[in-house]
Amino acid sequence: MAGVAVSTTINGDAVEYLCQPDETLLDVLRDRLGLTGAKEGCGTGDCGACSVILDNRLVCSCLVLGAEAEGRKVETIEGMAHGDQLHPLQQKFLEHAALQCGICTPGFLIAAKDLLEKNPSPTEEEIRFGLAGNLCRCTGYDKIVRAVQDAAQVMKGA
Amino acid sequence: MNFDPRYSGRNFSSVGTRPIRPDGVDKVTGRARYGADFNMAGQLVGRILRSPHAHAVIKKIDTSKAEKLAGVKAVITAKDLPDLTDGDAAMYDILDNSMARTKALYDGHAVAAVAAIDARTARQALKLIEVDYEVLPHVTDVDEAAQHHAPLINDQIFTEGLEEKPAKPSNVTKRTQFGHGDVHKGFAQADFIVERSFKTEQTHQGYIEPHACVASVNADGTAELWVCTQGHFVYRQHCAQLLGLEASKLRVTSSEIGGGFGGKTHVWAEPVALALSRKAGRPVKLVMTRDEVFRASGPTSATSIDVRIGAKKDGTITAAEATLRYSCGPYAGSWAEIGAMTAFACYKLENVKTVGYEVLVNRPKTAAYRAPSAPMAAFAVESAVDELAKEIGMDPVDFRIKNAAQEGTRASYGPVYGPIGIGPTLEAVKNHPHMKAPLKAYQGRGMACGFWFNFGGQTCTDLNIGMDGSVSLAVGTVDVGGSRASLSLVAAEELGIDYAQVKAIVADTSSLGYNDMTDGSRGTFSSSMATISAARNAIKVLKDRAAQMWDIPVEDVTWEKGHAVAKGEKYGNLSPLSLKDIAAKSGTTGGPIAGHSELVADGAGVSFATHICDVEVDPETGSTRVIRYTVVQDAGKAVHPTYVEGQYQGGAAQGIGWALNEEYIYGKDGRLQNAGFLDYRIPVCSDLPMIDTQILEIPNPNHPYGVRGVGETSIVPPLAAIANAVSNAVGVRMSHIPMSPPRILAALDAEREG
Repeated sequence: MAGVAVSTTINGDAVEYLCQPDETLLDVLRDRLGLTGAKEGCGTGDCGACSVILDNRLVCSCLVLGAEAEGRKVETIEGMAHGDQLHPLQQKFLEHAALQCGICTPGFLIAAKDLLEKNPSPTEEEIRFGLAGNLCRCTGYDKIVRAVQDAAQVMKGA
Repeated sequence: MNFDPRYSGRNFSSVGTRPIRPDGVDKVTGRARYGADFNMAGQLVGRILRSPHAHAVIKKIDTSKAEKLAGVKAVITAKDLPDLTDGDAAMYDILDNSMARTKALYDGHAVAAVAAIDARTARQALKLIEVDYEVLPHVTDVDEAAQHHAPLINDQIFTEGLEEKPAKPSNVTKRTQFGHGDVHKGFAQADFIVERSFKTEQTHQGYIEPHACVASVNADGTAELWVCTQGHFVYRQHCAQLLGLEASKLRVTSSEIGGGFGGKTHVWAEPVALALSRKAGRPVKLVMTRDEVFRASGPTSATSIDVRIGAKKDGTITAAEATLRYSCGPYAGSWAEIGAMTAFACYKLENVKTVGYEVLVNRPKTAAYRAPSAPMAAFAVESAVDELAKEIGMDPVDFRIKNAAQEGTRASYGPVYGPIGIGPTLEAVKNHPHMKAPLKAYQGRGMACGFWFNFGGQTCTDLNIGMDGSVSLAVGTVDVGGSRASLSLVAAEELGIDYAQVKAIVADTSSLGYNDMTDGSRGTFSSSMATISAARNAIKVLKDRAAQMWDIPVEDVTWEKGHAVAKGEKYGNLSPLSLKDIAAKSGTTGGPIAGHSELVADGAGVSFATHICDVEVDPETGSTRVIRYTVVQDAGKAVHPTYVEGQYQGGAAQGIGWALNEEYIYGKDGRLQNAGFLDYRIPVCSDLPMIDTQILEIPNPNHPYGVRGVGETSIVPPLAAIANAVSNAVGVRMSHIPMSPPRILAALDAEREG
């Protein structure tokens, strides 16, 4: 089956790739581009471990086709820090120990970044519902919510 | 090895602090490599064909069409995994579970596998494999399976543990019994007796990372396996035995692990991946889908438990008895046995008896899930204890305090306790503000206790000191939730240096001696003991080198706060030498400086917790929300308190999911109907409140720092705490977990109809 040629922007860089028409954006990122920060926890859009931002919209990359990225902007966990300067969310996740195994962490960070960009001062309830599309089995979410609250404070002060 | 593991009270400088974990930055930047994040040159994609039947004879498998498909490099069946288990029944079961040999025993049981150049070709190839099944009657319910007329899953199994060997085979593989005293006498002394039956449904560990591995078998008989596992050394032994490899020629690297909770303590797909690689002559990556994870890995037992407890008017328990039936999947296990051991472990009882029955069912092979078997037993016992307190008219906390086990109590499962935390956790709960907070209509409060044994086991570590004075700590237990941070803290503590000077890694099977599975809450307990031992051995070398540098007898050198110090006034002109000073000269004083340790970490201190939970039940829908939750648990010594809190919170959250929502739902056809996160719903962020924690520290006398395992106990009390809370909220005793909305509505309807 012939591949589809795609020109897109990933973490600010122009990227071109060939993919199969039925290949997900997650598979393209992981298997063709070596961007393995997005994880496949379910492949059905239920766990959020593959979260990326597509043209300012939070999506599960397992539910997006690789071909759909044509002409659009994709942000992944690999583009979240600026050089060796961690994003405040990344720093606060570390300080609060908001991760145990860490498999869900890239997805949570992307979802939290999207949340805070749209709502810089979320209540606890807004954070909890804003992150309800991401599953974590280790933490019980307590420290994740606290890390996001703390990061929101830091980002408002910045 | 002269290592003294006994507890010695000391003031800590590193242990008890909360630094950032050494593997943290990799995990927040997406660089950490998990099971599916690794690739090898020339790698193929492996996929497994699974039985759609709960119970069926495999009459014939025709793989010829799949083999002819362009891009397919290997197709295997059980024939490619010949039986090399040599009479080892447990290993044979692992082999059969990896690839069904004569019968498919559950929906999802592997029957064949392919390796192809890409995922699409592999999927197509699976469709071309023709399996001729003869479908057999099946049984998935634990109580039905224990009946005499139930379909037999294995006609070679005769119930063990009975006084006489039975004449007929049975799905009940084993009977076990624990206890002491005379329960008949005890019940005769009771003023009040509560007797009730309970059921819990099967749940899955629900780790977010599916099982994943990359296997590479070389032409020279060497092999490599990259895999997410809780125990790469055990995986090596099992895979080597099943494939006829020499263990030393199979190098297993433990990737970062995306959750395990006991579910990554067993091999499933790894022997298949190795067999595919051997046949194809190329590396093979095998990653389970979420559907496969649910259908073919995990889960815990479904249970059916009868409890009877009697007490005097003054609240003294006179007798306690339980019969516990646990499902094992289609292979023999010891799950009810563990349940029978833990059931009454919190209490001081003169007369106690528990009987466990292991039951085969056509479901996936039961795997450990965080304090395996204990939460269900605690649900039944702690529900009955609450009910009995109510009958007597005592406060449930006071009733438990009156009967709590203490130092010197003979546990219901046999041993005599040393210093333990059940009493202190209950006292802490009694005094906790949570217990006094007001409740509104339809809200209820419950509390419950939990116990877990904890485990130590074989452990090996290496501590290497670089010439720059940095310390590399190689451990063989897997880091499931921050243990590299806690072990780095322990190394820093013992050496007297900064945490930042130490970097802990998880070493592969060819770089370090054997380590047992990272289970039984043993990671930080056992590896910290081995780390302390290794550090003490390194300090011996450091002192020797300092003595050389000073040209004085080594007997005159002590180690204080990270420095070699020359003892005595005659050495007044010798300034202390830091670890860095000594390391810098190591090239000329005898070469590299290291400390090694290999030991069996005995004396894992038993662990107790008491939880408090408030719920609100909607009587219209039966929906329940947890509105406040508090965990009180003994940690012995919290090495990194933030990660200890994390263990408490995580276990509580898993318990909340188990109590309210999670269950395997099978159709009449024996097929799993909810093999995905949409229909098997684990708690999400908006389902939960903050989870408060209180860490108690009752030192474990068998560890130099007093450490106890902390990982598992937190999942033991929630089922009962929430059931007690829901029962108090709705005024009906809930006896079937999960307390999903339909079950709560049914209980309310039944109560109204009287």
